[in-house]
Amino acid sequence: MIDRIPILQIGDFLLITIQVDMHDQLALTLQDDLTSRIEKTGARGVLLDISTLDVVDSFIGRMISNISAVASVLSANTVVVGMQPAVAITLVELGLSLPGVQTALNAERGMELLRAAMDKEAAGDAVGQ
Amino acid sequence: MQLVSDARIELSSEPDIVRARQLVRKLAQDSRFSLVDQTKLVTAASELARNTVKHGGGGYMEMELLADGDRHGIRLCFVDEGPGIADLDQAMTDGWTSGGGLGLGLSGSKRLSNEFDIQSAPGAGTRVSITRWK
Amino acid sequence: MQKTAEILRSADTTLFDGWVADLQAGGWGDGGRFSETDWRNQAGEFLKLLAAASQDGLPDLDGSGGTALRNNLETLSRTMAMRGATSAQTATFVFSLKKPLFAHLQKAIPGDATRLADEMWAANGLIDRLGLHAVSTFQKSREEIINRQQEEMLELSTPVVKLWDGVLALPMIGTLDSARTQIVMESLLQRIVETGSTIAIIDITGVPTVDTLVAQHLLKTVTAIRLMGADCIISGIRPQIAQTIVHLGIDLTGISTKASLADALTLALKRSGYTVQKQAGATP
Repeated sequence: MIDRIPILQIGDFLLITIQVDMHDQLALTLQDDLTSRIEKTGARGVLLDISTLDVVDSFIGRMISNISAVASVLSANTVVVGMQPAVAITLVELGLSLPGVQTALNAERGMELLRAAMDKEAAGDAVGQ
Repeated sequence: MQLVSDARIELSSEPDIVRARQLVRKLAQDSRFSLVDQTKLVTAASELARNTVKHGGGGYMEMELLADGDRHGIRLCFVDEGPGIADLDQAMTDGWTSGGGLGLGLSGSKRLSNEFDIQSAPGAGTRVSITRWK
Repeated sequence: MQKTAEILRSADTTLFDGWVADLQAGGWGDGGRFSETDWRNQAGEFLKLLAAASQDGLPDLDGSGGTALRNNLETLSRTMAMRGATSAQTATFVFSLKKPLFAHLQKAIPGDATRLADEMWAANGLIDRLGLHAVSTFQKSREEIINRQQEEMLELSTPVVKLWDGVLALPMIGTLDSARTQIVMESLLQRIVETGSTIAIIDITGVPTVDTLVAQHLLKTVTAIRLMGADCIISGIRPQIAQTIVHLGIDLTGISTKASLADALTLALKRSGYTVQKQAGATP
């Protein structure tokens, strides 16, 4: 069993691909790791790829919400990509709507969203000067 | 009714929750449940297994294959000898949590299953069973 | 029930001959479902397995010793189901073994009526169980075939159509029941992922009535689509359905709805960043 999920840095963004059936501690470690990575790198965006996750229960759902919220406080946008249909249907039935979490169909779209958000913020900053 | 195995699946630590998910997934797959039904069952199992480990002080899970005429189903039982639940109605309300959770475990599992049964009382442990029919 | 087990063990060819002759006389193989060689082989194979399972007395169908026998019966039943035979034909195949078996028993136990009766009773019970097992497998196979056909029909009757790059439409027609709605919704979600479409239009122009359950399914589908990262527009809500929805107290806030598919497409294109312009001076 692996003990931490790797976080890749691509320019201004951090990319996390979840490919294992995570036990709770792994999810908590990921949150911590990501928080310190965002701080260290000043990343502006986080891409969380869950396309190989075939189960998302309330614990993982909470992890996703937390990651999104914490990243936001640290001035980074988060996009969750690749949610499987069966997972989406189950989450809805479970009663988890993940408010405030941005999603996209795949990594490509996710990156577009992150770049667009970044550009918009840059434009906003420029106007304010 | 047919117990899948005589052994009970121990639920005492976090890796056991993952193991329970995988065993339920395999059983649902082998029983040829649709992908969505599999996911619902595995997700509900994950919630209940976690409850057993985190709130029940550990316990076990039993898996049963059911056959009722032409209907086929899977029943999962989660048993612990922990503190038990004092107010079941409250526990089954969405969002209510005794500590650190979204509080969707019990009510969520009920929504994800075709049948749901819970027996619990302070000092008498907890027994939750869920059934999913094909 | 030693005599019966003994007779089965011996795999006497007269048993086979008697069985096959009866089947033939009854016109069992007629209709061309099985070629004569096929079912003669089937009968021979079955008797061999029956002999093997009778080593320690009457075969125990439920035990491990009966597995090969059960499998053989199941394969036969499934094949018959696939080829459109009836359950009676499946049952007859097995039950026809009784006559030659009883004939053997009568010859082997002359003069002892009580013992003969006991043996025949046991043999009868065994063949009955085998026959029932064959029939129940037959039923199951038939159901699986019907279910599969239903699913295929369902897919054909509610196709997911690509209206534009990134825009899918699902025209729903006819009354929606809970099961059908669920299946259709699942396939829509799947198609969204497969095509990478960002907008799905669910058109319910062709749906006469919507009840609470169906409305809830629609809502859940929209939520699921959004969770996945796409969006959904519901179109074709006729006045009666609009009234029903309000009457049932269903909350549609946050969900885009349009009266017609055309309006929904316009909205979808706009959201996708397209504008449609008519060329000046162009005549159709």
